[in-house]
Amino acid sequence: MSDQAYNFAYLDEQTKRMIRRAILKGIAIPGYQVPFASREMPMPYGWGTGGVQVSAACLVPEDTMKVIDQGADDTTNAVSIRKFFENTAGVATTEKTREATVIQTRHRIPEEALTEDQILVYQVPIPEPLRFLEPRETETRKMHALEEYGLMHVKLYEDIAQHGNIATAYAYPVRVEGRYVMDPSPIPKFDNPKLEMAAIQLFGAGREQRIYAIPPYSKVVSLDFEDYPFEASKANHPCDLCGAEHTYLDEVIIDDEGGRMFVCSDTDYCGERQANGHRGRLSPEMEAAQ
Amino acid sequence: MTPLLSVQNVAKYYGSRVGCEEVSFDLYPGEVMGIVGESGSGKSTLLNCLAGHLAPDAGKVLFDTRANGMQDTVTMSEPERRMLGRTDWAFVHQNARDGLRMSVSAGGNVGERLMAVGARHYGDIREQAVDWLGRVEIAADRIDDRPRQFSGGMQQRLQIARNLVTGPRLVFMDEPTGGLDVSVQARLLDLLRGLVREMGLSAIIVTHDLAVVRLLADRLMVMKSGQVVETGLTDQVLDDPQHAYTQLLVSSVLQV
Repeated sequence: MSDQAYNFAYLDEQTKRMIRRAILKGIAIPGYQVPFASREMPMPYGWGTGGVQVSAACLVPEDTMKVIDQGADDTTNAVSIRKFFENTAGVATTEKTREATVIQTRHRIPEEALTEDQILVYQVPIPEPLRFLEPRETETRKMHALEEYGLMHVKLYEDIAQHGNIATAYAYPVRVEGRYVMDPSPIPKFDNPKLEMAAIQLFGAGREQRIYAIPPYSKVVSLDFEDYPFEASKANHPCDLCGAEHTYLDEVIIDDEGGRMFVCSDTDYCGERQANGHRGRLSPEMEAAQ
Repeated sequence: MTPLLSVQNVAKYYGSRVGCEEVSFDLYPGEVMGIVGESGSGKSTLLNCLAGHLAPDAGKVLFDTRANGMQDTVTMSEPERRMLGRTDWAFVHQNARDGLRMSVSAGGNVGERLMAVGARHYGDIREQAVDWLGRVEIAADRIDDRPRQFSGGMQQRLQIARNLVTGPRLVFMDEPTGGLDVSVQARLLDLLRGLVREMGLSAIIVTHDLAVVRLLADRLMVMKSGQVVETGLTDQVLDDPQHAYTQLLVSSVLQV
């Protein structure tokens, strides 16, 4: 295909202006869901059409892009979106969190702390945190407008009544700057404390046509009860490849006899630790030594 | 004594049709008012106008708020009206399914209003939910069941508990006993009468069942074609009806 087939980063300039306006509004009103005219993208809904549009509107030719899916750089979703921007924008791409200027993510925040020079773009399936309790959009908008957030606690109440603790483990609702209650996209609640960071965080929901944002250093509080405080939970285990005890872990089934291993879900972070000589229980060097 | 609710010339029109018009009355603290009339006489329209669910086309609905005294609920801002709706007011729907969250447990249903006004302590919320389920005669071990596992009468009692948990001062009831069989009705009425007296509630009850108002209401308002045709003390209106329509209504009741 010829180089002229696409405008820079696929979207036309008018569309990017429209999306940038929505982003600016989102940053001006932290946590508020700004409606925008989401475009058809050359990928199915649920594959990150919202995140891709936000990334496209943010990218400049000098940017270096990183795409992660569940923390990994090498899964289908991450690879295809990275390739998409390599083809349509010609920007440099990387797997190193530190080197990236724009990071598009699905379901994780990188382990390494982000800086003020970076933008973190989330893919969001359902932006409305109140949706499963109140199906009417007219009503949820009114509830946001009037700060009627009692219903969010009804959900947490139901969790405790049924499971004995707050069992919501991902997409854990937060309150931004003491005003809007927001769905942080399906990141594990382990990542919730990291939402207070130096980088700009943008959230794009393509099918639902909403963009929202958390400006740098905003106050983000996870909702809870006084007698059941919020807890950032993770598997109680060190990483089997790099030995890290402070990272979010994936559980991997490795045989049909109940064997399993826990590995960092952030592949870049884990790889770097291994390169620096950290070793876990099942890393190849340890196994060879046995 | 200042009235709790003062209704002045309220009217609501559906296009050229009259929903209700020229309705005025005062409701004093602790008083229970019944509104009776046939289907389509404008009782529910009136109730919805008073409770802020519908905007009346004319008239004033003054409510004695805790903070600022008499306020017109028609012209007050929506956040204030909705705040009243979950603190000082309660609304019991005819169909319990309209007033309950069917996918949320009984305890969650009762706790919702508490959480809506800022309760953030799970243990306290649960304790109050258990207390209120007991008051409406629902066993404490049903607290984590969903309303759809309850019988019709239990759903209605749950709806009442959910509404009264924040200690409202004014309760709107739209046919609270509709669709229940007579023995369940009798129990519910007994319960309602007890709660109203015990908590000193004011209530407005819309019904077409004269037995309900005879039991619960101090005063009665009879409506026909959107107009109030007769008002007075309940026993007086029912025993000595003056208006032709009221006479018809009273004589239409089947004797067993």
